[in-house]
Amino acid sequence: MSSLWQQKWQDYQDIAQKGLWNNNQALVALLGLCPLLAVTNNTVNGLGLGLATMAVLLTSNILVSLIRDHVPSEIRIPVFIAIIACAVTVIDMLMHAYFYTLHGILGIFIPLIVTNCAILARAEAFASKNPVDKSIVDALFIGIGFTLVLIVLGALRELIGNGTLFDQAWLLFGDVAQNWTIHLPDSYNPVMLAILPPGAFIALGLLIALKNLVDQKVKKTTLTAIPVEVKPTS
Amino acid sequence: MKTTTLSTTMLRAAGLMGLFVVVSVGLLVAVNSFTQPKIAEVERQVMLNTLNQVMPTRYYNNNLIEDMTWVTAPDALGTTQPMPIYRARLDGEPAGLVIETIAPDGYSGNIHLLMGVFADGRIAGVRVLSHRETPGLGDKIELRKDNWILSFNGRQLTKDNAHTWAVKRDRGDFEQFTGATITPRAVINAVKHTLDYVNLQGVRLYE
Repeated sequence: MSSLWQQKWQDYQDIAQKGLWNNNQALVALLGLCPLLAVTNNTVNGLGLGLATMAVLLTSNILVSLIRDHVPSEIRIPVFIAIIACAVTVIDMLMHAYFYTLHGILGIFIPLIVTNCAILARAEAFASKNPVDKSIVDALFIGIGFTLVLIVLGALRELIGNGTLFDQAWLLFGDVAQNWTIHLPDSYNPVMLAILPPGAFIALGLLIALKNLVDQKVKKTTLTAIPVEVKPTS
Repeated sequence: MKTTTLSTTMLRAAGLMGLFVVVSVGLLVAVNSFTQPKIAEVERQVMLNTLNQVMPTRYYNNNLIEDMTWVTAPDALGTTQPMPIYRARLDGEPAGLVIETIAPDGYSGNIHLLMGVFADGRIAGVRVLSHRETPGLGDKIELRKDNWILSFNGRQLTKDNAHTWAVKRDRGDFEQFTGATITPRAVINAVKHTLDYVNLQGVRLYE
């Protein structure tokens, strides 16, 4: 019984590591770039879109996993798309009703979540082949991985391009967040490029490069460790 | 035998897809039916606050929300639909108007505007009600992003200054946004046409 739980725990950890790092949808799969690049001129926008995307991902993964044995493979893609489109529209309507101002700011990018390939990709590659519990873990960590990139990118671009951090946080957190904005000293000259579209591409490129650099460093240390163990057998 | 299985499979698939569509549509209708009133309520609350931003309360003493009428002016207001006009009065005398208008030529669809005009033709204020312009570029027409929309305050429209109602790139008085000229251009044109309409109609709009 305990080994079964251990196995499950191991699986969850594996899924989490893939979602956050090894198969990060934004840095490795490069999916969902259109909204990712467009709204990350500000940390709060990035966080808002990240959370909305995660909600859609969670809904679609759960539903797809639940029906995976009952849908013939010929029509699975249209059915997945119907589920995703439905989830996005529901979340769009709920945000419109309960986060009115934030919904206004994120504008077209909320309905556009439906075109985020990451969501269909998780439905097809993971949820349609795995039980509900694993699909939930997968949706959560893929979502967190995507949201983290949105936040880092948004913070980077806002800081460089606008000289602030967490500007307009009240849109997401309400009136308590009125004074959360951090301003750089006035002597700092904002670099407009960072909040313009080219800045988005450059910043994302740098983030991807940084990730690859870390991966290479890790690989090197493991590679130098292996020969010592391998040599005697060869 | 094979054809029967094939047609059965196809029928089953079609039926399942139909079922999914019906369930999805049902869910959407249900969610819509309970979010719609909530959205309408939030919109009305925001509307009340916005009305007072474009027509400061010290200039009138009637019930602005109640003193409302509909006007249809496709050329000036950017839509064939009737649009609401709120009439502000001070002790019964015309003090100003608050008009909803649409800039139909925004970068990404219609830009809904609310503008206050004093009885003497000066603009009391302009605010954006809703838009789908590009975040970070065109959305500087919102007051919470930029002060640009305040550059309308106190302006009048006369024959002599009509050409100054444009962005600087078009040799007008208004700043444009980096990376988004279409948006401010659309807003300026909408305000200009609406103000022209208000000036032409004069006191008739208070009746």
